Amino acid sequence: MAKKLMKGAEAMGEAAIQAGCRLFFGYPITPQNEIPEYMSARLPQVGGTFVQAESEVAASNMIYGAAGAGERVLTSSSSPGISLMMEGLSYIAGSELPVVVINIMRAGPGLGGILPAQGDYFQATKGGGHGDYRCLVLAPWSVQEAADLVQDAFDLADYYRNPVLILGDGLIGQMMEPVEFKADRRPCRPLTPKTWASTGWKGDRPRAIINSLFLDPEALERHNQKLAAKYAAMERDEVRLAEVGTDGEYEVLVVAYGTVARVVYTALDDLQQAGVRAAMVRPISLFPFPYEAVRRAAEKAKAVLVAELSTGQMIEDVRLAVGGRVPVHFIGRQGGMLLTPEDIAARVKELAAGEGSHA
Amino acid sequence: MPETLVFGKPTALTEVPTHYCPGCTHGVIHRLVAEVLDELDLTRRTVGIAPVGCSVLAYNYFATDFHEASHGRAPAVATGIKRARPDLIVFSYQGDGDLASIGLSEVLHCANRGEKVTVIFVNNAIYGMTGGQMAPTTMPGQVATTCPLGRDVEQAGYPIRIAELISTLRTPAFVARASVHSPLHAVHAKEMIRRAFRCQKEGRCFSLVEVLSTCPTNWGIPPAESLAWLEQHMLPYYPLGVFKTPEGPDRAPRPLAGGA
Repeated sequence: MAKKLMKGAEAMGEAAIQAGCRLFFGYPITPQNEIPEYMSARLPQVGGTFVQAESEVAASNMIYGAAGAGERVLTSSSSPGISLMMEGLSYIAGSELPVVVINIMRAGPGLGGILPAQGDYFQATKGGGHGDYRCLVLAPWSVQEAADLVQDAFDLADYYRNPVLILGDGLIGQMMEPVEFKADRRPCRPLTPKTWASTGWKGDRPRAIINSLFLDPEALERHNQKLAAKYAAMERDEVRLAEVGTDGEYEVLVVAYGTVARVVYTALDDLQQAGVRAAMVRPISLFPFPYEAVRRAAEKAKAVLVAELSTGQMIEDVRLAVGGRVPVHFIGRQGGMLLTPEDIAARVKELAAGEGSHA
Repeated sequence: MPETLVFGKPTALTEVPTHYCPGCTHGVIHRLVAEVLDELDLTRRTVGIAPVGCSVLAYNYFATDFHEASHGRAPAVATGIKRARPDLIVFSYQGDGDLASIGLSEVLHCANRGEKVTVIFVNNAIYGMTGGQMAPTTMPGQVATTCPLGRDVEQAGYPIRIAELISTLRTPAFVARASVHSPLHAVHAKEMIRRAFRCQKEGRCFSLVEVLSTCPTNWGIPPAESLAWLEQHMLPYYPLGVFKTPEGPDRAPRPLAGGA
């Protein structure tokens, strides 16, 4: 297929359809309405179904039902709506169902604002809803990567029988870039028939009971440990990241994800021209977090700078990775305000010169 | 003379003994649903949805595929299953706390979208599993653990009549209220449940049957007297009959023949 100029939100919707998703349940919220709008027009063209739910709570339970019946299903929302979906997500994780959820993050807390932010990192990567579970979390930095990750997300969700979150922000959703959908794309994981799905019991298999209720504590503990083993397998096999300049010499390592990493990338160019040596690690999977790659890259630097559109959330994982061996500093904007390449470059110069170590 | 089996267990029920309290009418309602599934030849393509409440373990008792829903969301789960697999027969089985309180939005919108699913709504005027708290359907003056002096309508309002409420929607539906406090009423209830599932089988409309039920344990009334209490206190407020059919906006309840 030829490259097409597409808005990020629409590219993600199209990617879901290319991945065989024929069901979308969602509720309007800015700044991600282009996704449900695209799906409402596009799904009927491919024999699919779009339902505008009465709430995000309902939408999260509709995807629970559809996934339990064995079909690929997508929902999307933005921060306050994702909070409402945490009920369904906890049940989906507990019942081991594959769903893909796109969060186009906006600034919070509460109603917050409608401009881009990265304040949902904790919610996305540390569980989010109640109980002891994890979602696979993937964070794109371009429209092409968003489309690719959405397609992979469906395979990963099916493979692990687990929710996969695409964590973007308003910039990813709104910006237009060329995107290409490969006609010969193959699943990124081996997929098996969904024999566990509730498709009507005819006696030829155990009854399908889609459930997260275990009143026997020993049974629930076994279930918790089974889930933990699955999350451990994700941590072993699903780490994704990109690195810029980490094979050379540098004084400052910058860690950033999503669109902020685009800003850092531009800053690195400017810094190189100014003769300041810096490198970047960009986590693509936020759970699992690339602890080992960050640790390795940090050891070559005299300072680490974490850049986020929050007051500092991913920085906690970076500190865990670095383990106190190198000072970890923070630069961020909040409320929908953005970091500029100049902001980042100025801070990196300070750190390279041995200043600003108070953080 | 060869022996002929004239009465047996529906294939849509499992062999598992239920956890329901003595005198509870959930067992009767389970059986009526199971008989209808068998008689309409739906059992092998049915997916049920259990609520949060006394019937949370319904998936142990119905011999069909099942989903356990979070509190009140069964109609949303039903929507997801039915839209994913329109060939399946999908029903939710919900109590009054689940459906009329925390899940009111889900059932109302499910009905309003005209989802081709069936809701069995068991109204026993109290929260059972959590230990007898006031429900939206608790009768005025009825004692519950969160209204120890009886439901005060000045504070808590009047009981919600779900069948009436759903039947105000313009979208075609089958909506009825029945009761199982006597064998005659149980026969009528089964007929309402049959009509509801037939509407789904024929792909016609949303269907909901509200079934009045007893809770001797949390009402604090012995089983036999509970049946009389239902008749005396609930029937006048919750009239039985068909409130809406897919053919038209039939909002006047048709009373059960022989008086209810």
